[in-house]
Amino acid sequence: MLSEDLTIVLPELLLAGFAMISLMFGVFAGKDKQAELILYATVGVLALLAVMVGTSAEGTYIAFNGAFIDDGFARFCKVTLLLAAAIMLLLSREYLIRNALMKFEFPVLIALASVGMMMMVSAGDLMSLYMGLELQSLALYVVASFRRDSLRSTEAGLKYFVLGALSSGLLLYGASLVYGYTGTTVFAGISSVIVDEGVSMGLLIGLVFLTTGLAFKISAAPFHMWTPDVYEGSPTPVTAFFATAPKVAAAGMFARVMLDGFGAAVADWQQILTFLAILSMFIGSVAAIGQTNIKRLMAYSSIGHMGFALVGLAAGTQAGVAALLIYLAIYVVMNVGTFAFIMNMERDGRPITDISALNQYSSVAPGRALALAILMFSLAGIPPMLGFFSKYYVFSAAVDAGLIPLAVLGVIASVIGAFYYLRIVKLMYFGEDVDPLTGRMPLTHGVALTVSAVVLLLGSFVQMFGVETLAVEAAASLFN
Amino acid sequence: MDIPLLSFVTFLPALGAVAMGLLLRGNDEWAVRNSKRIALFITAVTFVLSLFILAGFDPSDTGFQFVEDRDWIGGLRYRMGVDGISVLFVMLTTVLMPLVIGASWGVSHRVKEYMIAFLLLETLMLGVFCALDMILFYLFFEAGLIPMFFIVGIWGGKDRVYAAFKFFLYTLLGSVLMLIAMMYMIADAGTSDIVRLLAHEFSFSTFSIAGIEIVGGVQTLLWLAFFASFAVKMPMWPVHTWLPDAHVQAPTAGSIVLAAILLKMGGYGFLRFSLPMFPVASDVMANFVFALSVIAIIYTSLVALMQDDMKKLIAYSSVAHMGFVTMGIFTANQQGVDGAIFQMISHGFISGALFLAVGVIYDRMHTREINAFGGLVNRMPAFALVFLLFTMANVGLPGTSGFVGEFLTLSGAFQANTWVAFGAATGVILSAGYALWLYRRVVFGDLVKESLSTISDMDRREKLLFVPLVFFTLLLGVYPSLVTDIIGPSVEALLDSYNFALASAGTLAESTQQMTTGH
Repeated sequence: MLSEDLTIVLPELLLAGFAMISLMFGVFAGKDKQAELILYATVGVLALLAVMVGTSAEGTYIAFNGAFIDDGFARFCKVTLLLAAAIMLLLSREYLIRNALMKFEFPVLIALASVGMMMMVSAGDLMSLYMGLELQSLALYVVASFRRDSLRSTEAGLKYFVLGALSSGLLLYGASLVYGYTGTTVFAGISSVIVDEGVSMGLLIGLVFLTTGLAFKISAAPFHMWTPDVYEGSPTPVTAFFATAPKVAAAGMFARVMLDGFGAAVADWQQILTFLAILSMFIGSVAAIGQTNIKRLMAYSSIGHMGFALVGLAAGTQAGVAALLIYLAIYVVMNVGTFAFIMNMERDGRPITDISALNQYSSVAPGRALALAILMFSLAGIPPMLGFFSKYYVFSAAVDAGLIPLAVLGVIASVIGAFYYLRIVKLMYFGEDVDPLTGRMPLTHGVALTVSAVVLLLGSFVQMFGVETLAVEAAASLFN
Repeated sequence: MDIPLLSFVTFLPALGAVAMGLLLRGNDEWAVRNSKRIALFITAVTFVLSLFILAGFDPSDTGFQFVEDRDWIGGLRYRMGVDGISVLFVMLTTVLMPLVIGASWGVSHRVKEYMIAFLLLETLMLGVFCALDMILFYLFFEAGLIPMFFIVGIWGGKDRVYAAFKFFLYTLLGSVLMLIAMMYMIADAGTSDIVRLLAHEFSFSTFSIAGIEIVGGVQTLLWLAFFASFAVKMPMWPVHTWLPDAHVQAPTAGSIVLAAILLKMGGYGFLRFSLPMFPVASDVMANFVFALSVIAIIYTSLVALMQDDMKKLIAYSSVAHMGFVTMGIFTANQQGVDGAIFQMISHGFISGALFLAVGVIYDRMHTREINAFGGLVNRMPAFALVFLLFTMANVGLPGTSGFVGEFLTLSGAFQANTWVAFGAATGVILSAGYALWLYRRVVFGDLVKESLSTISDMDRREKLLFVPLVFFTLLLGVYPSLVTDIIGPSVEALLDSYNFALASAGTLAESTQQMTTGH
């Protein structure tokens, strides 16, 4: 029995084991001498695990009495987040070296965060969910303040920690109420209690607190306040990492809690999610207009995008979850490309985050400007970029579920949001001449930027590389 | 069809744009010259290929022809085809694009990117007219904003950034509501295939939301969502304000494309979606459209009278002429709809030519102020002649294509509602007012302005550009059945199914008709 359980959690075990071994290796090899080797090894392991999880047998496997679920949904999320983590870690190498941040703890912490994220999307129990969440969060608190001598970076880490702890507290409080009123922490058990007895008032309050805690983690408004500061203060590769893998994990966890645990109470949480989605979409779109720092801008962009993703979840249907997964996958691609660009925004060796530095960038580097323009149009959701299709899927799921007002508000928010993405395009193509950015782009970043732009531009003509089919299958596993 | 001719014609310009982007390096004279030549060559080849579509098109068949059907994503299909209504818009686009490239011969800033933008735009415009899947249509419809955004923003005038943003966001906001309506339709009908949607009947039973009674029910709401998009694109009064800005700031070629082709997407949308898919709602809302159209015709004609900027004047005149189109479409009778399509084709040539004419003198004087000109006939006789022809065509002089379009739409409107025809006919008079006044101020009189004393007449390239425009304007003016023979059967079939749907909606439609006209 135990050996079966351990087989199911093998990818997590391997990654956790690897993280500890590389930690020991890093310590014994002497301070940071082997940091680059460990970074490459971590990238390799993450990518290998993505392949391993992606090619493992279909079906649903449950370990540790329901505390851990390995199903199609979990596998889809894991492959996405592992690939995102691997790519972002690889891309961070140049930046870390240039800014003297190449320390062996960085890849180790990313690996540990990845273990936590894998746990989050596989959790079948409030306890294991919390364990995964905290493992991820603790690792991320540290990497947020990774630039120890920078006031901003430490402030970001502290802010993230305090607010993250608060949200964990809310989550735990909600979990304890849920446990109190259902007598179980296993999702399947909660679900059957709701089916049998309905949603009691205490359970409802627990659900609200639980949702609040989860909303903090995906930075949905009105629990988004930490995001801009943390994005701005953290070193850019860390921001890039925040914008991708943890978002996938948190949204996946959100979907699993809602549908596996509270699937019978859709009507109750649909309202909450609709509210969160509308607020996130509008705050993300409106607040970003005034931003001049591209990292803050991307923070608001991520708030808005989480709102759009929540629209899919709010639909509460299988199509909605499939739309959420497609949204996350495309969102990751868009952010990989955009941050590959942002990491190279430099002038004379100093990182620049002010968007006015992009003025007339198209005459300095036409290729990169074009790629970033494609990414911006995709983030704005203009066809034929894939960003349009990600929105198309979530909104049609919402329309199918009868949430037409939500969809209408969503598209209006997306038009408002289009303004600030267009502003970047405007600066690059119509702007005045200024001191050009002089950052040279390492090969890996150039490849990431080019590939993501090409994928977003042409993805819709090649069936999205099969991601859509996979997402539909993955979503189905939550509804069995 | 074994050869996917439509896709080939549609995507050839885009392929040319990609090839140009990859092959041409640098910004030297060699690259500049070649990018112009390549763009002209590609658009010319596209035109020649599109002739095969016209040659193979059977006007008596009212269904879609040259149909292609492939798997796409998410239950959507890549489906292309043309019928009598769309085939001429395809031709209009392919005919005009080589002229547009020719009109851009003087561009000197970022020439390669300029040509790429126009080639991509051609692909997207052709796609709009050929798409038979609703989301594919939306994709082309929206994606067209991107090249136009760059065209206005990079190569435009002084306030180009403002105009580009206004154009982009205005039309985007209109379109997204249509997208939601499309999603609802797909959910309701279970398909995104336009052919099957045309046969689907959307519910039209009246219901009320928050105490407001929605006559025509779901159809009316869907109709309004589509209206929001097409009315902005068209543009109809009062959502036309982006157009004068975009026109004034856009480079000459951008203005030509905008007036001649992009505006027609709105009218085409009305004909492809609003009228046939929501017949009951179209019937209910017809008076609303009539009212807006007549206001547009009279009001924007008056506004045009007072303009100092030639491009702005022609832009407002475009809005007025599009008023005839919307009026004609919603008369829902053969003359009206035929006339609307005819007017769109004819306006494509006439407005294109007028913007080209403004471009000719702008290139010489670098101003579009009417007051900066006067007495051009003394030094530019050829220009005066051409400009006179198109001014007259814009007014609707018999013998030019402008007359046929206005006459057909007016006679269609007369059958539907005499007062509408009366109101719109005053617009004809006003258009004579602003157009002739413009002509007098710019061309006639003595050449007193110092700056104009050395102005030269059109060179051979410019004359050559006008040849096809003059040819088509006169040809369609004296032989309009060239167009009406092709569109006739399809329009008839459209109206048959429209009337059939109304008849089967029966008493309900009648009672709503009384209700709306009663108010």
